[in-house]
Amino acid sequence: MTDARDSEDAVRPGLLSSPDSAPAAPNQAAEAAPGRSASSLGAAFSRSGAVLVAYVMAGYPDRAGSLAALDAVASGGAGVIELGVPYGDAVADGPVIVEAGKAALANGFGLAETIALAGEFIGTHADAPPVALMTYLNPMMRLGFPRVAALAAEAGVSGFIVPDLPPDSPMTDRWLAESEPLGIDTVFLAAPTSTPERLAALGARSRGFLYVVSSLGVTGERDELAAGLAGLVERVREHTTLPVVVGFGVGTPEQAAEVAKIADGVVVGSAIVRRQGEPVVLGAFVRELVAGVRGA
Amino acid sequence: MSDVLLPSADDAYASPDAQGFFGPYGGTFVPETVMPVLAELEAAYREAQADPAFAGELRTLLTDYVGRPSPLYRADRLAEATGLGAVYLKREDLNHTGAHKINNTLGQCLLAKRMGKHRVIAETGAGQHGVATATTAALMGLECAVFMGTEDIRRQSLNVYKMRLLGAEVVPVAEGTGTLADAVTAALRHWVERVEDTFYVIGSVVGPHPYPAIVRDFQAVIGTETIAQMAEKSIPRVDAVVACVGGGSNAAGMFYPFLRDVPAEKRPLLVGAEAAGLGLESGKHGAALTKGSPGVLHGFYSYLLQDEAGNPLEAYSISAGLDYPGVGPEHSFFKDEGLVRYEAVTDREAVDAFALCTRTEGIIPAIESSHALALLPRLAAELGPDAVVIVNVSGRGDKDMDIVREAGLGVD
Repeated sequence: MTDARDSEDAVRPGLLSSPDSAPAAPNQAAEAAPGRSASSLGAAFSRSGAVLVAYVMAGYPDRAGSLAALDAVASGGAGVIELGVPYGDAVADGPVIVEAGKAALANGFGLAETIALAGEFIGTHADAPPVALMTYLNPMMRLGFPRVAALAAEAGVSGFIVPDLPPDSPMTDRWLAESEPLGIDTVFLAAPTSTPERLAALGARSRGFLYVVSSLGVTGERDELAAGLAGLVERVREHTTLPVVVGFGVGTPEQAAEVAKIADGVVVGSAIVRRQGEPVVLGAFVRELVAGVRGA
Repeated sequence: MSDVLLPSADDAYASPDAQGFFGPYGGTFVPETVMPVLAELEAAYREAQADPAFAGELRTLLTDYVGRPSPLYRADRLAEATGLGAVYLKREDLNHTGAHKINNTLGQCLLAKRMGKHRVIAETGAGQHGVATATTAALMGLECAVFMGTEDIRRQSLNVYKMRLLGAEVVPVAEGTGTLADAVTAALRHWVERVEDTFYVIGSVVGPHPYPAIVRDFQAVIGTETIAQMAEKSIPRVDAVVACVGGGSNAAGMFYPFLRDVPAEKRPLLVGAEAAGLGLESGKHGAALTKGSPGVLHGFYSYLLQDEAGNPLEAYSISAGLDYPGVGPEHSFFKDEGLVRYEAVTDREAVDAFALCTRTEGIIPAIESSHALALLPRLAAELGPDAVVIVNVSGRGDKDMDIVREAGLGVD
């Protein structure tokens, strides 16, 4: 049945309305976005030392609260902001992010609102670090890939992290065909279970950086860093020259410092989201995290 | 009866393509952590398919442990009551554990053992798949945990007790509506964490590739037997074959062999019955094919009940086995290609069909299967008084006594 999909556009309801253009060529030069030009995610890693990738849930505890949190993590020295899109079936996320996402959904937040929030933040912070949206695939499909890419480029969003988007599916080809020409990076995630073949595919498809999931399981703070993390990062580096960013299970400045010794970036999510209601506390925490990461 | 137990990997008809797509539907949209494991599973399944010893072991279990083949029973009083020429019931309710689910759990647990995994997990809605998995785990000496929504635990307490008796851990899932979709999500999350030593026994033709194809293949014994039994009983003509659709495994198991083995011009009308719940306009139903739109949930692309922002909607049905917001990707393909017709049946119609089957035949069907039975009067109106219809009675109704009592059948 390999030819079944040749005719799929005929049977596919008009969800993915983009013409079925060929996948974008790797390393295609970014053209200027129609609105603000997005800064590249990769640029965040140009200076020496590791960077903090700070995860903030959009719309939590409310719109103003998440804007304040974005401000706090930016002024605290985060090198990249990962802005979480609330979603009703966050299968890769642990309880803190799931609960925050539910609250944000109840506040009427989805992908479109998150992009608008990012646009407002970026537009009012000339020196803001690059912003990548962390979203599940279905909200992107619902809004339509062309529209998502155009809105994100207009807002100045630099990239997308999509945990349920594999490197090698027809959907991936369609998304990259829309997003890459607008200079939007798509970051793929590698896992401890990834085979060498998959690491090569993930490294080849990823733009900006490669996100390494430190341990099996969902996002959330853990008492101990995963055993074998250094070996995992080493294996990943054999397959990519991209900056390597480690996330899942990093929640304290000490853990962040530890990870920064082997990685180019460290993602902290749940520990930040838990403090999103208190911008002052959050700002101090982010400065501690950044000190840990830079001290490495 | 056909000696084909497992369809071969190179069947021309409707096998998913190499990336797991049925037309545009299906695929593998899951976190990277489980992607390599899905590839391992597919490789192990392809090997098992080609290994006569695997089919032999499964065949023996289906015969001696499950009691297959399940009868194709001619239900004359039900036919008369619904105005049809003849009604045949495929009696999956007579299987060991009382439903079709065991066909699949035996196959998957044999695969788990083949892959060296000693621990299995499952999600369950009505509890039938949980009981079937717990049963199979007991039989094969596997550790077993079953994820079940708290609302379903309330609705199906007897099955919860059965699973615990069988030695399984029942993990309550309080998130969302505490029903099947939440149980699937919880099981997926758990699997991501324990993927190295744990096999996820998915209960329906849903989930990332290769699950929809594997579950369909293990359930295809239903349709294969039915076709053979039609010949044995010299049933000259069947006008329609009906099955209920939640995730869609009993329907896929019944329909797939008809689509694969029966030429289109000789093929009966195939009709799937979805849950219309309190009515299609009430917003409280589980009719993904009738009222949904394509999207990704639980790792695959298919028709889905979703809101404007792409969040899955809560499904509802009187039947815990049918209140799922998605549906197996092959059913979405069947719908778009016009190979199967899908209709929606309300709670009330299902309860009435439950009562009718019970009173005319002395067979108490599962409330899920009652959705399929509820199509009989409609088919009589459409196809006329001589029409011959086969209904897949996917399970028995013992588990539904409390629900039906609440619905008020006027016996108390």
